[in-house]
Amino acid sequence: MSLAELICPAGTPAALRTAVDAGADAVYCGFQDATNARNFPGLNFTPEELEAAVAYAHARGTKVLLALNTYPPAGKVDLWRHAADTGARIGVDAFIVADMGVADYIARTHPGVRLHLSVQAAASSPEAIRYYVENFGVKRVVLPRILTIPEIRKIRQDIPCEIETFIFGNHGLMVEGRCSLTNYLTGQSTNMDGVCSPASDVEYIRDEATGEMSSCLNGFTIDRFGPEEKAGYPTICKGRYTAPHRPEGYYAFEEPVSLNLSRLLPELIDAGVHAFKIEGRQRSKAYVRSVVSSFRRAVDDIRAGRTANIEDLVALTEGQKQTQGAFETKKWR
Amino acid sequence: MTIDPGAVLPPRPPGAGAFARLAATLVQPILGRVVRRVAARHASLFARLGPHQGTDFVIDPVEFPFALHLRPDPKALLFRAVPRDALPVAGATIRGRFLMFLELLDYEEDGDAAFFSRDLEITGDTEAVVRLRNALDDVDGSIAEEAAAMFGPPGRAILGHLRRKYSDDAMPGGER
Ligand code: SF4
Repeated sequence: MSLAELICPAGTPAALRTAVDAGADAVYCGFQDATNARNFPGLNFTPEELEAAVAYAHARGTKVLLALNTYPPAGKVDLWRHAADTGARIGVDAFIVADMGVADYIARTHPGVRLHLSVQAAASSPEAIRYYVENFGVKRVVLPRILTIPEIRKIRQDIPCEIETFIFGNHGLMVEGRCSLTNYLTGQSTNMDGVCSPASDVEYIRDEATGEMSSCLNGFTIDRFGPEEKAGYPTICKGRYTAPHRPEGYYAFEEPVSLNLSRLLPELIDAGVHAFKIEGRQRSKAYVRSVVSSFRRAVDDIRAGRTANIEDLVALTEGQKQTQGAFETKKWR
Repeated sequence: MTIDPGAVLPPRPPGAGAFARLAATLVQPILGRVVRRVAARHASLFARLGPHQGTDFVIDPVEFPFALHLRPDPKALLFRAVPRDALPVAGATIRGRFLMFLELLDYEEDGDAAFFSRDLEITGDTEAVVRLRNALDDVDGSIAEEAAAMFGPPGRAILGHLRRKYSDDAMPGGER
């Protein structure tokens, strides 16, 4: 049986301590700049905060993984190199990278630190994954959320590194690492600036008369919610749009759903998945505490041969929509 | 689409006139003490606010006869109760039930989930709100508890009562 490590998100030092205390095996986080894909205002760590966070986590047997999972624009690699040097000095347990140049720099400069391949690299075939393993010494791949469990099992047999899969959280995937929708509307790149739908470009407009709320990105209305309708993130991929054949407006790309693989945990472990990732560095301590502690119990139960109380986990997405996505079937869209 | 019949906020209360002014005046000393204590004990939260230390936030608890005006400038901290007809031009407005705000500060409720369920309404500068949320979320423990403790056993008793009320209110549909 695989170790089934629980990899948990932290957007602030307090969230990191919450995740550690709730039973995370490892916590992933990033610096306050474009080197990671959650470059949100007021989020993330200064080098001093990360140093204290690593000490807190290590004292409790928890690993810290540093996300350097964006792509440096041409001629601007120094920010990523500097972040890698700082992370290595602080003693992070692994770097999560997407860009080959960043991977190469770390492999040469800090060969003692593990490299994990980010979902942003979108490596979904054994050939692609082996390329990163052979050339940069990647020890673990975070698989894109487009594979079924039988496909994951097959890949596992064909690659010489560990596999990590997402099990819970926001499910905006498109072609991971290659989405340019935000760039198109705002000029900022998810993959290079680290932010999808930058908050500075988001505006919520409420119609006092009808109670409707519109979410707008840089002046474009991407969705409009009735007074009693659930809202979603203001991401373009989850907006509702009109088209000649759908004048009423429809989800043209994705639906606002959360991934929840709690029911599939035993199958994933059996398929050889080494680590389970929970999405949500932008979420609160309250989210981190409840999701991490619930999955901690479930994974421990499964590893001890007990039946996990899955209902607990299903309740975490209560009132929202959830999916098992491609992990269950390729027909999910 | 998922419809939650309990999600819609009640109509905006008037919050003007003599009663609103009196109520605002009465709570003002408490607000001043609370915000000064939180700022003194958690100075690091100002760094997360970045350029929005000077933003005027209006926090509008719908059950209250007044709204709250926060300008989190460490050099000139402002947190005051204001009748709704005397509010400043807001950089950002956050509106919801007071008990929901309490849960957010109590580290029981997730801000994104409250937004999805439409229990929390945001208008104005979204970046300012995101920064404020992240700054407050980086405080260890519960700000609500810290504020209540400042007023000794009566403060804790009131917080306990409010928490019970919140969980009772939340029980019927289980939706928050
Ligand atoms: S628009 Fe959607 S798919 Fe594209 S980066 Fe943002 S969340 Fe991801």
